Amino acid sequence: MENMMDIGLGHYLSVAAILFILGVFGIFLNRRNVIIILMSIELILLAVNINLVAFSVFLHDLVGQVFALFILTVAAAEAAIGLAILVIYFRNRGSIAVEDINLMKG
Amino acid sequence: MAVIAAIFLPLLAAFIAGFFGRRIGDLGSQLVTCGAMVVALVLSVILFIDVAVNGHATVVPLANWVASGDFHVDWALRVDTLTAVMLIVVNGVSTMVHIYSVGYMSHDPDKPRFMSYLSLFTFMMLMLVTSDNLVQMFFGWEGVGVASYLLINFWFEKKSANDASMKAFLVNRVGDFGFALGIFSIFIIFGSVEFGTIFPAAAGKAHATFNFLGWHVSALDCACLLLFVGAMGKSAQLGLHTWLPDAMEGPTPVSALIHAATMVTAGVFMLARMSPVFEYAPAALAVVTVLGALTAFVAATIGMTQFDIKRVIAYSTMSQLGYMFFAIGVSAYQAAIFHLMTHAFFKALLFLGAGSVIHAMSGEQDMRKMGGIARLIPFTYAVMWIGNLALAGVGIPGVYGFAGFYSKDIVLEAAYGSGTAVGHFAYWLGIAAAFMTAFYSWRLLIMTFHGKPRASKEVMDHVHESPLVMTGPLTVLAIGALVAGIGGYEWFVGHAARAEFWRGAIQVLHAHDSIHAAHEGPEWVGLLPLLVGLAGIALAYVCYMVAPGIPATFTKIVKPLHVLVFNKYFFDQIYDVVFVKPAQVLGFGLWKAGDGAIIDGLGPDGVAKTTRGVAAGVSRLQSGYVYHYAFAMVIGVVALVGWFYFKP
Repeated sequence: MENMMDIGLGHYLSVAAILFILGVFGIFLNRRNVIIILMSIELILLAVNINLVAFSVFLHDLVGQVFALFILTVAAAEAAIGLAILVIYFRNRGSIAVEDINLMKG
Repeated sequence: MAVIAAIFLPLLAAFIAGFFGRRIGDLGSQLVTCGAMVVALVLSVILFIDVAVNGHATVVPLANWVASGDFHVDWALRVDTLTAVMLIVVNGVSTMVHIYSVGYMSHDPDKPRFMSYLSLFTFMMLMLVTSDNLVQMFFGWEGVGVASYLLINFWFEKKSANDASMKAFLVNRVGDFGFALGIFSIFIIFGSVEFGTIFPAAAGKAHATFNFLGWHVSALDCACLLLFVGAMGKSAQLGLHTWLPDAMEGPTPVSALIHAATMVTAGVFMLARMSPVFEYAPAALAVVTVLGALTAFVAATIGMTQFDIKRVIAYSTMSQLGYMFFAIGVSAYQAAIFHLMTHAFFKALLFLGAGSVIHAMSGEQDMRKMGGIARLIPFTYAVMWIGNLALAGVGIPGVYGFAGFYSKDIVLEAAYGSGTAVGHFAYWLGIAAAFMTAFYSWRLLIMTFHGKPRASKEVMDHVHESPLVMTGPLTVLAIGALVAGIGGYEWFVGHAARAEFWRGAIQVLHAHDSIHAAHEGPEWVGLLPLLVGLAGIALAYVCYMVAPGIPATFTKIVKPLHVLVFNKYFFDQIYDVVFVKPAQVLGFGLWKAGDGAIIDGLGPDGVAKTTRGVAAGVSRLQSGYVYHYAFAMVIGVVALVGWFYFKP
């Protein structure tokens, strides 16, 4: 019983993969709000972090966890910048609906 | 050194006035160009004394130009008597025209440009007359062509001036093509284009032949005829003359300088320069004689019917050029150059006088709207008399004559004296032309200055004598017209002095020496031109002074003939149908079908159209939605990873 409940690398990776897929679909299927896209990107980054930490423990190598910390930092900065852009964008165009953001249309 | 200065000073002046005209101002550019010309004139007089009188003919090498295999061309200045005479003529007339232009163009906004063009033209003409080889001559030849294009088109906002300049350039192109072919043939025959090599070798090549489609044609005749085609273009001989009257669209000083005194004489000069070769080309000489005589006659008939004062003088120029050519045709090269020299003085005088009239009449050129201004502009009236007396060749045999009296007589006497059939043909046509010359000269004089004023009252009130800066050059040219004939006769064509004067610059075979024959000819041959000239004057006096109804009645009687002559024998119309229209159709067809449809259609336009179509299709992929791009990216990543994972 205890053996069966032993949580190994595979479980961590499965969670990370599910989170990753959720993030990706969050980007594609979301039609309303850019903030959701930003959140989805965070989700993807977290999924990657879980992978890194899991492998780090599995391989007994601390570098992976150091990288996870780096990614967290960068993700925070990226979120700050992304939100700032969103604020400016909303001021300029009065909307942050994904449907309305198509200035690059050819 | 004097040679180089005399020739390159005008170029320097043209450069300064052309590029720095705005900085040095109108007055500055006029001073620079006129000053340079005066210095050049003084130097050419010194050169003339040194070369022609003291006999120091020289060749001044300047630089190598082309050295390719057997073909060598140098820049060099050849100064012999012929060149020295031309230097005096070109620099003399050009200096007078420069000074005259200061007054004539006083209301024009572009004075520096005009002065620069005039000086450039002078330089090119000097290059032409001082060249030591045919290629350098061709350089000057094309140079005067360009300068004349620029000057005819000086008032470029006038469409008629555009057309006239284009026409002058294109018609000259035909002649230049002949000239270029002539140079090629000379090179093939002699293996050189240097005069120093060609002239001594000419006698040895007298019987050389070209094989053309199985025909053996005399090589020298062929080359000389081609050179003559070039001369025909530049010197407005019958067939390639149509540009000259139209070129009167340019300012009047230009007409005087280019289309009377200097540029159009380039052809005469070239044939005289090539005299050692032409002497061995009898067939070519015969053609030159016939065409020259026809030109003299035809141009005179047209001149009698025109009403534009400048056109009348233009046709008279063409007629006098005809005289020069048939003089060359009968081997009287010296007489041709003599007539060229005297003609330069009195024709420049007539043109500048006509300019003075036009200036006084507020730009009016139609003689039907002139008349009755003799008392208002007495000075111009006087110089026009002198010019016309010189043109008609009036004089008292053995005592004194105006310039044309001596030169025209010797030309006609030489034509008669040559004793050939073509020579006699030229003599009689020349006599007829002399009669008509006197007639239209006095017709011009009477219509312009006498009778009742036919201009409007404002114009008549405004009639005024020209300023000193214009009358000064007229005075100098008038003195030239008075003394050039009597002063130059002995030197140019005299019995004894002429060999000493020319010193081999012109070579005539002993058997061809028609000037010698002219001196031996019967008395009446020399008197006849004077008599018909006086008769022409009398007829003009009767027709336009005593009974002004006669010309109208007469033209009514010979209406078809008058229509033919008045419309210049329909040369322009015939050329229009034969050459211009087909060329236009061909050009239009090639433009629309060849260039537009095929080259543009498959080339630039076709490529551009395809690119635009592809781009329009591709641009539809750019929806602008962020999630589309992200989706594409993920698909790409999946595909790449998949390929790496499953790759064989």
